[in-house]
Amino acid sequence: MAQITLAKALTNGLRAAMEADEKVILMGEDIGKLGGVFRVTDGLQKDFGEDRVIDTPLAESGIVGTAVGLALRGYRPVCEIQFDGFVYPAYDQIVSQVAKLRFRSGGKLPMPIVIRIPFGGGIGAVEHHSESPEGQFVHQAGLKVVACSNPVDAYWMIQQAIATDDPVIFMEPKRRYWEKADLDESPTEAPRGLHSSRVVHEGTDATVLAYGPMVKTSLEAAIAAAEEGKSLEVIDLRTLSPLDMEPVLESVRKTGRAVVVHEAPVTLGLGAELAARISEHCFYSLEAPVLRVGAFDTPYPPSRVEEEYLPDLDRVLDAVDRTLAY
Amino acid sequence: MTNADFGPDLGSVFGPSHEGEGPELVQLLTPEGERREHPEFSYDGTDEDIRGFYRDLILTRRIDAEATALQRQGELGIWASLLGQEAAQVGSGRALSPQDFVFPTYREHGVAWCRDVDPLRLLGLFRGVDQGGWDPRENQFGLYTIVIGAQTLHATGYAMGLQRDGVVGTQDNDRDTAVIAYFGDGATSQGDVNESFIWASVFNAPVVFFCQNNQWAISEPIEKQSRIPLYQRALGFGFPGIRVDGNDVLACYAVTKAAMQRAREGSGPTFIEAYTYRMGAHTTSDDPTRYRLSEDLENWKLKDPIARVEAYLKRGGVADDEFFADVQAEADKIATHLREGCLALPDPKVLEIFDQVYSDPSPELAEQKAAFADYLSSFESESASTGGTV
Repeated sequence: MAQITLAKALTNGLRAAMEADEKVILMGEDIGKLGGVFRVTDGLQKDFGEDRVIDTPLAESGIVGTAVGLALRGYRPVCEIQFDGFVYPAYDQIVSQVAKLRFRSGGKLPMPIVIRIPFGGGIGAVEHHSESPEGQFVHQAGLKVVACSNPVDAYWMIQQAIATDDPVIFMEPKRRYWEKADLDESPTEAPRGLHSSRVVHEGTDATVLAYGPMVKTSLEAAIAAAEEGKSLEVIDLRTLSPLDMEPVLESVRKTGRAVVVHEAPVTLGLGAELAARISEHCFYSLEAPVLRVGAFDTPYPPSRVEEEYLPDLDRVLDAVDRTLAY
Repeated sequence: MTNADFGPDLGSVFGPSHEGEGPELVQLLTPEGERREHPEFSYDGTDEDIRGFYRDLILTRRIDAEATALQRQGELGIWASLLGQEAAQVGSGRALSPQDFVFPTYREHGVAWCRDVDPLRLLGLFRGVDQGGWDPRENQFGLYTIVIGAQTLHATGYAMGLQRDGVVGTQDNDRDTAVIAYFGDGATSQGDVNESFIWASVFNAPVVFFCQNNQWAISEPIEKQSRIPLYQRALGFGFPGIRVDGNDVLACYAVTKAAMQRAREGSGPTFIEAYTYRMGAHTTSDDPTRYRLSEDLENWKLKDPIARVEAYLKRGGVADDEFFADVQAEADKIATHLREGCLALPDPKVLEIFDQVYSDPSPELAEQKAAFADYLSSFESESASTGGTV
């Protein structure tokens, strides 16, 4: 079993999906010969041709809008948005068309479209290249939203997203593209379902909820906390819409405390929704209010301050201390 | 500083842009009902076909009038009338092959008629009982799109799908397929429409862009959208643009047929500007007396799309009184069908709104639906226990 990066796991997942179904086509800017700016589609145009790996004109609404037409014709387009901050020109097509066509048509027009978005900061980039817009898609009925955090999930989740008959916003943690893990591409067990959250570190004192790039940060926090005698349970949400609340609620009932960690601003972010649901369903188990660790309600700052701006191990531990202080 | 500092004046390059229809207009039937020849486009149908057009035009106008009346009587929330645009829609709609796919706006009632969509189905959206009550795959007629111009990208993507399916340029007329995207003059300012032109051009997609320039985007005249005639924009994107008399059903038919054939053969997109006029309001909620002159309307009435066909049929003795009476009787029948059908359209059930958000019910929606059902039924049990009636 070979060590493989998250980016390469996505490449292999895309390749497997394209081999499994000839209706799967990739579209995006620079995804052909270049293989995408993060090389996620590296080599795919060479192997599957220009009709299935389409270098598009430079216009995001056009990418998603033509994907709608291709889906209506029976294709399963996978759109690459080059960077998180460039998805907004496509926002109308995503929200008003992709998300609503099934509903509008009473179920007659499914929209099996995957929109891949590298998201989050931490790579020293210029403005618009480090954002976390996932909450804006979670808020839209008709979309499914998932975020992978590691190479193994990346490999399976991209294939599961492509096989879904609904539109999936697929958030890729760009600063983890180069993280490596062992990947078994032909496992004896079926991979877990796309819309399932899972406990990635067991603990008893507090529950830390994270997804995408913050899973690694939270795991590191759990290890550091253990050295101080605090036992953190870390859950990788994986699915943001729909949420998989059962493992979350089960954990919080056990620990009585919850901290949600994400890079997106806290106001109306995933943490707000999770806090509301946890307090509704675990009210009598809670020992402390649900706390959120996330970005401030500012635009993403210049990269020279992003290390201080982004939630890190210490910010997670600080929140853990605050919740344990109740 | 004068314009000359920036190069030639637009007017000297393109000619006057908004003063009348211009000499470039393709016209095959004059407002007086006389046939005309054009060097590039000709009408190849029979008089029997023209009688068919007349029938389509009358029935389309009647469907529209009946829907407007239903709105006035409170049976529809709103209606977007096509009055004045019947020839553009019937001419282009009849030029399509059965396998071609249509991406309409919310005003394409005449095209829907040509695609055999039951006009009653169109009312659902405007009555508020559904958001598109027909199966797009049954008639190759997409759902009405309300966001301006969004469907032009869908059309182009669909056309790219046709290319990948190998149903373009095979020289088999029953197999080769193309797409037509409808939109208005206002939509040409939208980014999506311009992006669709770029995509269609770059990928040589089999799509015809059919723009009904009805001179008005709600209250804004065409001058607020463009400084050059719209059809001339196509050149900048790299494909042909044609301006056709949008009130001339024969010209709209001939030009659309040629453009669709060109697309099916694999020669790429065409832009058609059907130069017409919105005789009515934007929708039943609009009041055009606030922004345009009645004189304009009177001038356009002289170019009515139906009157000229009627004049042609009568002058040439191509149709007799019985024919006209039959068409009127048919129109009456359709009006009755619409009226009775509209009143009988069942209201949707509120609990059904949860069912088609996703292909599989998410746990969240299942929970919300169940909780809402319980909430609703709590009223029933309350009224049952107090012996009340619902």
